[in-house]
Amino acid sequence: MPRTPETASRDRSAVRSLLRLWPYVRPVRTRLFTAAFVAVLASCTGLVIPLVLKWMVDGPVADRDTTGVWLGALCLLLLGFAEALLFGLRRWLVARPLSHVEAEMRTDLYARLQRLPVAFHDRWASGQLLSRATADLGLLRMFLAFPLTFLLVNSVTILLGVVIMLLQDWRLGLVILGPAVPVVVMCVYFENRYAVVARRAQDQAGDLTTVVEESVLGIRIIKGFGRHRSQARAFRELSSTLRGTELRKARLLATIWAVIVTLPEVAIGAALVLGSVRVADGELSAGTLVAFLSTALALRWPVDSIGFLLAMSQEAATATERYFEVMDEPPEEPDGDRGGRAPVVDGGLRFDGVTFRYPDASPDSPPTLDGVDLHIRPGESMALVGATGSGKTTLTALVPRLHEVTAGRITLDGEDITALSREELRSRVAVAFEEPTLFSASVGENVLMGAADGAGAVELERALDVAQADFAHALPQGVETQVGEQGLSLSGGQRQRLALARAVVGRPRFLVLDDPLSALDVHTEAAVEAALRQVLADTTALIVAHRPSTVLLADRVALLSDGRVTAVGTHHELLRSNAEYAHLMSGEPSVSRFESPLRTTYGSTHGTTFETRSGEQEADRR
Amino acid sequence: MTAPATTSSVTDDDAEAPARTAVDDPFDKDVLPTPPGATGALLRSLLAPMRARVALTSLLLLLQQAAVQAGPLLVAYAIDRAVPAFRADDHGPLVAVGVGYLLCALVSGGLQYAFLITSARVNQDALLDLRGRIFRHAQALSLDFHERYTSGRLISRSTTDVESLRELLSEGLQELVTVILSFLYISAMLLWLDLGLGAVAVASFVPLYLLVRIYQRRAGQVFRARSTAIAAVIVKFVETMNGIRPVRAFRREAVNDADFGVLNRRHERINGDALLEMARYVTGSRLVANTAVAVIVLWGATRVADGSLALGVLAAAVLYLRRLYDPIDRLAMFLNSYQSAAASLEKIAGLLAQTPSVPEPSAPRELPARESELPGREVVFDGVSFGYRTGGEILPRFDLTLPAGQTVAVVGSTGAGKSTLAKLLARFYDPSGGRVLLDGVDLRELAVPELRRGVVMVTQEAFLFSGTVAENIAIGRPDASREEIERAAKAIGAHEFISALPDGYDTDVRKRGGRISAGQRQLVAFARALLADPAVLILDEATSSLDVPGERAVQAAMATVLKGRTAVVIAHRLSTVEIADRVLVMEHGRIVEDGSPAALIAGTGRFAELHRAWRDSLA
Repeated sequence: MPRTPETASRDRSAVRSLLRLWPYVRPVRTRLFTAAFVAVLASCTGLVIPLVLKWMVDGPVADRDTTGVWLGALCLLLLGFAEALLFGLRRWLVARPLSHVEAEMRTDLYARLQRLPVAFHDRWASGQLLSRATADLGLLRMFLAFPLTFLLVNSVTILLGVVIMLLQDWRLGLVILGPAVPVVVMCVYFENRYAVVARRAQDQAGDLTTVVEESVLGIRIIKGFGRHRSQARAFRELSSTLRGTELRKARLLATIWAVIVTLPEVAIGAALVLGSVRVADGELSAGTLVAFLSTALALRWPVDSIGFLLAMSQEAATATERYFEVMDEPPEEPDGDRGGRAPVVDGGLRFDGVTFRYPDASPDSPPTLDGVDLHIRPGESMALVGATGSGKTTLTALVPRLHEVTAGRITLDGEDITALSREELRSRVAVAFEEPTLFSASVGENVLMGAADGAGAVELERALDVAQADFAHALPQGVETQVGEQGLSLSGGQRQRLALARAVVGRPRFLVLDDPLSALDVHTEAAVEAALRQVLADTTALIVAHRPSTVLLADRVALLSDGRVTAVGTHHELLRSNAEYAHLMSGEPSVSRFESPLRTTYGSTHGTTFETRSGEQEADRR
Repeated sequence: MTAPATTSSVTDDDAEAPARTAVDDPFDKDVLPTPPGATGALLRSLLAPMRARVALTSLLLLLQQAAVQAGPLLVAYAIDRAVPAFRADDHGPLVAVGVGYLLCALVSGGLQYAFLITSARVNQDALLDLRGRIFRHAQALSLDFHERYTSGRLISRSTTDVESLRELLSEGLQELVTVILSFLYISAMLLWLDLGLGAVAVASFVPLYLLVRIYQRRAGQVFRARSTAIAAVIVKFVETMNGIRPVRAFRREAVNDADFGVLNRRHERINGDALLEMARYVTGSRLVANTAVAVIVLWGATRVADGSLALGVLAAAVLYLRRLYDPIDRLAMFLNSYQSAAASLEKIAGLLAQTPSVPEPSAPRELPARESELPGREVVFDGVSFGYRTGGEILPRFDLTLPAGQTVAVVGSTGAGKSTLAKLLARFYDPSGGRVLLDGVDLRELAVPELRRGVVMVTQEAFLFSGTVAENIAIGRPDASREEIERAAKAIGAHEFISALPDGYDTDVRKRGGRISAGQRQLVAFARALLADPAVLILDEATSSLDVPGERAVQAAMATVLKGRTAVVIAHRLSTVEIADRVLVMEHGRIVEDGSPAALIAGTGRFAELHRAWRDSLA
């Protein structure tokens, strides 16, 4: 798994990151603020309880006033009920709204990801995206539910508690406040170091996941070469490193905790001794001391918790950054903005000086496609042939605008594809990819995805027939059988045939097929070809082909070489006239391709406009 | 989602799929049978080697809690004894209180530190052990398991499931022990301070316990529903992102948004339910706790008023009470992490309970020394038959001998059993009956390194590991020099494209500009196999993504490389046959034709027919 593409180290202020959550929190702000207010109330109620105790000890208890004792206890009971109900109310107030915020953020992320350029998805591992949609959003919900509220609540509680203690006895109050400064300083120091180590641990956990993922995906290779021991060794090394980092993390955490536990406790001890002296001297009532100590103890949790609340907030800030890293990616350019009007009046699929370089390729590298000119006439099918790695798959991805051309243009029936909405473009062009992906749905649903709404069993049958995918009826529940990650796993050949059925089911005007028969055996291939010929008779099609049998499906062939189309013609013409083509189709080493640079061999013999000219000539002849 | 990482597992035996459609297949539902008690046994076996340290951890926590809980006792002592003594000019007791409190604070802080570090070490060692076990076990499990378990599940076992156990170990268990210990300590203290007050406190445990039980039951249901709901969200998410090209091309965005919205809203609702359960529990337990405090204060204060109880004792009791009920919320958190960890551990235990169907030999044998200079070895299928454990015979009993150095092409239609034959020879599967012998030694008796010097299989699925191109080729033989790696790449015709990459052989396949096409990946896979230099080489559809010249180049290389080596070549396309000494035609799991290519082509059998069809397709 590739590491997350490094982000510009922007201003990493945690608060600024977290403020970006506001648009999502805004709709539920009333509830959230009410809940925070309720929580403050509840905490204050908790602080009043010691005061009631003091009143009881100094008043009714000392005076042996039974009614007073009952009154005090009743007060305590009411306050206790109020506290419990207020805390419950707080949780009730935020439970649904916060789930809603989380769900909204996830929906937005998913919708955005579906619309980001394919090049983005090439760069990012799906695991990295998934962790943002699950773990990070969960963290944010927790942050809104807990640290956000309680940082406020605890601050108020501590402030109030300190005021109460100072009011009761300012000397004891100052003693209790003593360790505040060193604790805060220590906390800040260790939080910073902790954040660094925690981040490192996250990265190492990511590396470990990579090894796990690859060892599972590449299991056949590992087993095939008997490498599972070295793989296990690599895993062990990485997981030991992670263990080391986790232990360093634990040491830092243990230090923070020890400080947070010890210093306030020492202060309380000091207050106890000092308070006892003053009680003995009669300067302080016993009730005040009891109340003072219970207030101090009641403040223990708010103080202790600030450390981990801050840590959680830090994590939430990182999660927010990670979330917006993706949300800030520019989506595909809006539709129709490059409205190059098409003066071309002819129909079909036309590539006009199409140049393409992958956005992540270095700018000085040669472009993958470098001025492709090709015209496929309406109803014509064109095979695309080229050496391994010559850019055939890339060219097919440009037609449905999975990638955007760097220069030049592509027209469908004379219309520039950038002038069409993507929706419209993709409804006109159907694609079958080299790698046949099925989704978690029934066989029938997977195929009918390629058709307009309302297509039914008739269309499905016809498509299955064309693709020779009758096996679908023999599956346990026929075409209702669930496939995909959560369903029955089909073989490569079966998936390829279903993907082909999906491409033809909608009777598209334009069809783009990337090596659609590679996984089929000779017999099945022949049967598919026979059926496919019927479909191709009136469809404008571009078919990537590796083999003569596939090429023969097409009316003409275009040869892609070194980023350009260097020859167009029928299979037999090219076999005769073009040495590179003959070599690609027969494999006879008629040209020593691996020794001489391609450009000097072919580039000069065939002008770049050759194919369009020949295309037009043939069109004239019709 | 990274283009080079995707595996194209195109072409497998078609026949395999329907064989695994038993309706109640535990694999489909992700519930592998876990033997009773396996979950507990797993946890015990993880902690057993660290028994001493676990004991030490518990002891530290025990002492630490004792130090923490001494505080209120000192308060009671200060008020009831030290203050009157101080008034009588006896400063001793108060000094003792001060020193005692200081000691308690320091000791509890120190013990806290020691405890956190010791327990972190225990946790991390247990996790290291568990991660390693899952990893090694998954690697040891045979291919038929991997084909059914799906990679996603295995990855989530080693990541999210281990993670939930980590949460339980690092936070949950400590919470639980702290909660239990403080309950015990505080109850004991209260009872010791005053039997009556203590009894009231202990009595309040009954409703609390009931609340916990109710919460556990109700939250358990909600949690299970929630984990199912989030799993559905995850599957939809991953599927969309991994299939982003077809999603785009078939305009699924709006439909997906709607589908995802449904799943996401279901999760939102259940998540809200879970939070509300928690709210109910917290409210209920707080009510009980605060009522108990009020009752104890009422009773205590009445008794202080009539003189039958010391004020200090009441103060201490009240201080203890606040501490007693504080951890109730934390108990709920522990229950949460416990429930999710228990579910995870059960799944992990189920995985670990799977036995490899292709086990390593306990007493491995070695291959005999070669008789000739040539690298090949003789392969014998001796009465071999094969069927999946789920039933259905794929290969009926057959005998077959491949003499050393022979190149054998296996042809036949999809689902004829070609791949199964190859997997038996590579020992990805073991035969249901009979033996596969390499120079007379049963494959089952060979240790893995010896086996892989003997047999290597190249499949059409050309996965690249992260790292450089050179490292990927070196998987064939990790100790190979750069020269040997380049020689292998040159021999297979991969040198040209590798040199053209930004950093040549040192190009990271996952980084900028490392885009490698399906055909090029297959060339890398070939170079890997060449480097491994095995006695028997199996090529299963290894050229399906190559163009004709690429295939020719590979075949030309093979002609020299395979010289003297035993080779089994499976291909849909018959061009491969030209380099073969012998052709096997398979149909429905049986070998129906066997002979030299020339003899079979000249005949009237299936191969002659296939060959004619193929010739025609070349046109």
